Amino acid sequence: MSVRTSQVPAAPRVSPEGLLETPRERWIRRAERRGPLVVLVAVCAAATIASPSDASWSDVSTILGNNAFVWLLALGMTFVITTGGIDLSVGSLYALGGVLAARGSSSGPWLAILLPLVVCAAWGAVQGILVAYGGMAPFIVTLAGLLGARGLLQALTNQGSTTYLVPAHSWFRHLGAGTWVPVGIVAALFAIGWVLMERTGYGATLTAIGGNQDSAVLLGLPVARAKVLVYLLSGTLAGAAGALGGARLGSGVTTIGVGYELTAIAAVVIGGTLLTGGYGTVGGTVCGVLLLAVIHHLIDRYLSQYGSAMTDAVNGAFLAVVVLAQALLERSRRR
Amino acid sequence: MPTSPDEPDPSAPSAVGAPAGAPAALEARRVVKSFGGVHALRAADLLVRPGEVHALMGENGAGKSTLIKLLTGVYRPDDGVIALHGTERAFRTPLEAQTAGISTIYQEVNLVPMMSVARNLFLGREPRRYGLVDLRTMNRLASEILERYGVRVDVTAPVHTLGLGARQMVALARAVRTDARVVIMDEPTSSLEPREVQTLFDVIRTLRDQGSAVVFVSHRLDELYEICDRVTVLRDGRTVHSGAMAALPRMELISLMLGRDLVAAQDGRVTAFAPDRSQRRPAPDDAALAELLPAGRRGRWARQAIPGDSDSNATDSGRAALSVSGLTDRHRLRDVSLDVAPGEVVGLGGLLGAGRSETAQAVLGAHPAAGTVSVDGKRIRRRNPQAAVRAGIAMLAEDRKAEGVIPGLSVRENIVLAALPRLSRAGIVSTARQDRIVEFFMNRLRIKASGPEQKVQDLSGGNQQKVLLARWMCLNPRVLLLDEPTRGIDVGAKAEVQGIIDQLAAEGVGVLLISSELDELIEGSDRVVVLRTGSVAARLDGDEVTAPNLLAALAGDGSGLGEPETGEPELGESESESAGPESGGADEGEGNAS
Repeated sequence: MSVRTSQVPAAPRVSPEGLLETPRERWIRRAERRGPLVVLVAVCAAATIASPSDASWSDVSTILGNNAFVWLLALGMTFVITTGGIDLSVGSLYALGGVLAARGSSSGPWLAILLPLVVCAAWGAVQGILVAYGGMAPFIVTLAGLLGARGLLQALTNQGSTTYLVPAHSWFRHLGAGTWVPVGIVAALFAIGWVLMERTGYGATLTAIGGNQDSAVLLGLPVARAKVLVYLLSGTLAGAAGALGGARLGSGVTTIGVGYELTAIAAVVIGGTLLTGGYGTVGGTVCGVLLLAVIHHLIDRYLSQYGSAMTDAVNGAFLAVVVLAQALLERSRRR
Repeated sequence: MPTSPDEPDPSAPSAVGAPAGAPAALEARRVVKSFGGVHALRAADLLVRPGEVHALMGENGAGKSTLIKLLTGVYRPDDGVIALHGTERAFRTPLEAQTAGISTIYQEVNLVPMMSVARNLFLGREPRRYGLVDLRTMNRLASEILERYGVRVDVTAPVHTLGLGARQMVALARAVRTDARVVIMDEPTSSLEPREVQTLFDVIRTLRDQGSAVVFVSHRLDELYEICDRVTVLRDGRTVHSGAMAALPRMELISLMLGRDLVAAQDGRVTAFAPDRSQRRPAPDDAALAELLPAGRRGRWARQAIPGDSDSNATDSGRAALSVSGLTDRHRLRDVSLDVAPGEVVGLGGLLGAGRSETAQAVLGAHPAAGTVSVDGKRIRRRNPQAAVRAGIAMLAEDRKAEGVIPGLSVRENIVLAALPRLSRAGIVSTARQDRIVEFFMNRLRIKASGPEQKVQDLSGGNQQKVLLARWMCLNPRVLLLDEPTRGIDVGAKAEVQGIIDQLAAEGVGVLLISSELDELIEGSDRVVVLRTGSVAARLDGDEVTAPNLLAALAGDGSGLGEPETGEPELGESESESAGPESGGADEGEGNAS
C-alpha cells in the first residue's frame, strides 16, 4: 500500500484528458447550438437583399401577426420533446380552445379565457398521467387525445352546425386584434418558457429525463411529476393559443388546427431540439417558428401562383435538410 | 476461513477511523429479494461502520448490485431490515435515501450527455437566487469543486465532450456531498486511468477521515487491498464472509467468491465434459447435416475430422483455427494474444472485469481494439462483426436476452436468421430446406419446444441457449466464441450444452470458452489462458489446468497456495503494468473498427 501512496503528491492533479473536445468538435457544437439563428438571419438577409424595396414593416407585421398564436404550440412541444416524448393532441386542443373561448365569451370575457385553459390543462394532465404513471407510449396517448379532442369539438358544436360567436363589444376580442397585442402575449409566454427551461430545476429535470430517464430516476429527480406537468403545460399552451385565435377570429371555428401539431414539431426540430430528447432550447424554437413563418411569407409572395402546395413542399424539404444536418454534425463529432 | 458476519474484529486496521463500539453507519440484516421467483438475494448481511471503507465483493450474479439498489431505495426488500445509524429505514425512492444521507455512484455513469458539466453537477439541487437558478454561482462552484477532483474543464461545456474518466469524476463529485454520511460506489474505477484512481482514493480517504462510511465495489484486487479496511463477500445472494480486509489473503478471498474450497481435493467431476480430448465424439449424424447446409467458404464440413480420430487435428494444427495477437484498447485490454487450434477448447479465465468478454468482443470486432485476428492463418482485415462472421467466427454472447435471441420470433426464425443469406437462391429461401435444418437441430440439440413455430420467449433459458447455438452451427463456424454459455440455465440443459461443446470440438471447431465457473474451465478446456486487469497473466497447458493453479493465477500471486498476504512486490509490478502507455494503440484500434 505504501508503495503507491508515497508517490502520490498531495496537491490536486490536473487530468490532462479532462476535456477531449478538439477545436473542430467545439465548432461543430457551436454550429449545432447557433445553427437555427444563423440560418434565420441568412434567409432574412437574402430576402432583403433580393428585393430591398419590398421589405417593409408590413412584412414584419404580416409574418408576426398572422401566426403568432400557433407558435405557442411549438413552445409547449419544445418541453415535451425535450423529455423524449411527443404531443400530437395540440392541433385538436388548439381548435377546441378556440371554440371553448367563443362559447365562454357569451358569459363574460374572463370565462372566455379560463374555460379553454382549464379544459385543455385537464386534458393535458390526463395524457401526462397516462404517460408517466400508466407507462403508455406518448405517441399513442396523444394520438388518442388528438382524436378525442376532435370528437369533443364535434359534440360541442353539433357536428359543426352550431357556431359560437364572441360578442362584438367584448374586450376579449382585443386580445387577438392587430399585430402587437397577440405578439406581445406570445413573446411574454416564450420569455417565461425560456426562464423555465434555462433557469429552473424543472427545466434541468426535463432535459435529464430526455437524456437518460433511468439515471434521472436514480438521481432522485421527480420524473413522473415532471412528465405529468410537461403534458399539462403543453395542453394549456395549446388552449391559450386557441383562445387567442378565437379572439382574433371572433368565433369558434371547428375546422382549424388540423396538422398543426406536425408544424409545431417541425418548428421545434428545425430549432435544434433533439427529437430523441435530452436537449432542447426555447431560443431555438423561436428561430424555428420564425424561420417557417418567413419562408411561408416569401413563398406566398413570390410563388403564390403555385399555391399552398409549394409551402408545404418547401417546409418539408427544409425539415429534411435540418435533420440531415443534425445527423451529419452528430456523426462527424463521433468520428 | 469464513468468519460469521458482523463479528467484530478488533485487530483489523479498520479501527483507524472507527471506534470499535460505534453504531453501524449502514446495516442490512438478512435482506431477501427475488425477481419473479428468481432469488437475487437470499440472506445478505452488511455492516458498515462510520469512518471505514468497506469492500463489497462477489462474482457476477452474487447479488452486489441488488443489495446496493436495496440500500439506496431503488428496490425494496422482500424481507429483512435496513438500518441507517441504528434506526430502521424503508426507503421508497432513491430521493428518500439521498435525503437521508446515502450518496451513490452507480456502475453506469449517470449523467445527462447534452447538459453542461455544471448543471449535471448540481442537477436537482441548483443554487438559487430569487427562486431561479443562479448560473454564475453554479458555474463558479462547479469549477471549484471539480478542481478538487483534479478535473479542470470548461464547466459550461456539455458533459459528453469530456473524457470517460473526467465524466466519472463529475459523477463522483455529484454523488459525494459534504453532508453524505454514507457513500456507495459501485465499480467507480472501471473507466478510470491509474492516475485518476489515485485521485479517487484521495477523495475516499478524505471522506473516511471525516467519518463517512464508504462502500466500495471493485473487481481489482490491488485497489481493494489498498483502500479498504473491511470486506464483505457475497455468493449466491448470501453473505459468506465479513471481516478485516488485511486479514483475508487474496487466494482465500477468491475461493470465497467462487465458492471453491481450497483445501478439499476435487476428485469427482461435476460437469458433463469429456474427461479428456481423446474421448470427445462428434455427433453421429453429421453427414446428414453436411448435405443440408451449403458449403461455406471455410465450412468445417469441407475437411471434416474423421469421427473418433480427433488426434488428426493435432497434426494439422500447424495453422491455428483462431490466432489473436496484441489486442489492446484504451482501458480494458493490454496486448492479449492467444491461439486456438482446430478441435481445441481453450478456456479464458479471469475475474469479473479482467477483460474476458471484451477480448471475445474484440475478436469478433464488436469492441474496438488494436491487434490482429486471423482465422485459419488468414488475417481479417476489416475488423467488424460482419467480416468476422464471414471469416468463420461465431460468438455466443454473454447477455442472451440483450444480444442473442429475438424473443418475439419463433424457434425456426431464430435458428435460420444468421444463415438466411446463405440458404437463399436468387434471394428466395426455400422453406422446405429451412424446415429440414430446423428439424435437424431441434432433434440434435434436443430443443424442448412445442414445435418450430413456438416463440423463443416462451422457452426456458437452457433451450434459448440451444437455439442460439443452433443458429451459429448453421453457419459452419471455424471458431466459436462462447461467453458464459451455461450461465443461468438449469442443470440438465447445462450438461447438454457442455456435451455439445465437446462434440463441436471433436468436429474440428476451435472453441474459446469463457466461464466464471472454475469447474467448467478446468474440465472443459484443453488449455486455459488467464486474464488479469486486461492482460494475459498466465497460460495453463494440459495437466497444469488444475484448480489450485487456476486460483493462484486468478489471485495474481504466482508464489503458490497458502501465501498469507498481499506481496508488496506484486503491487508494484501490477502498477507498472497498469501505468504503461496505451493510448497509441487504442487510436489505431478505433480507426480499424469504424
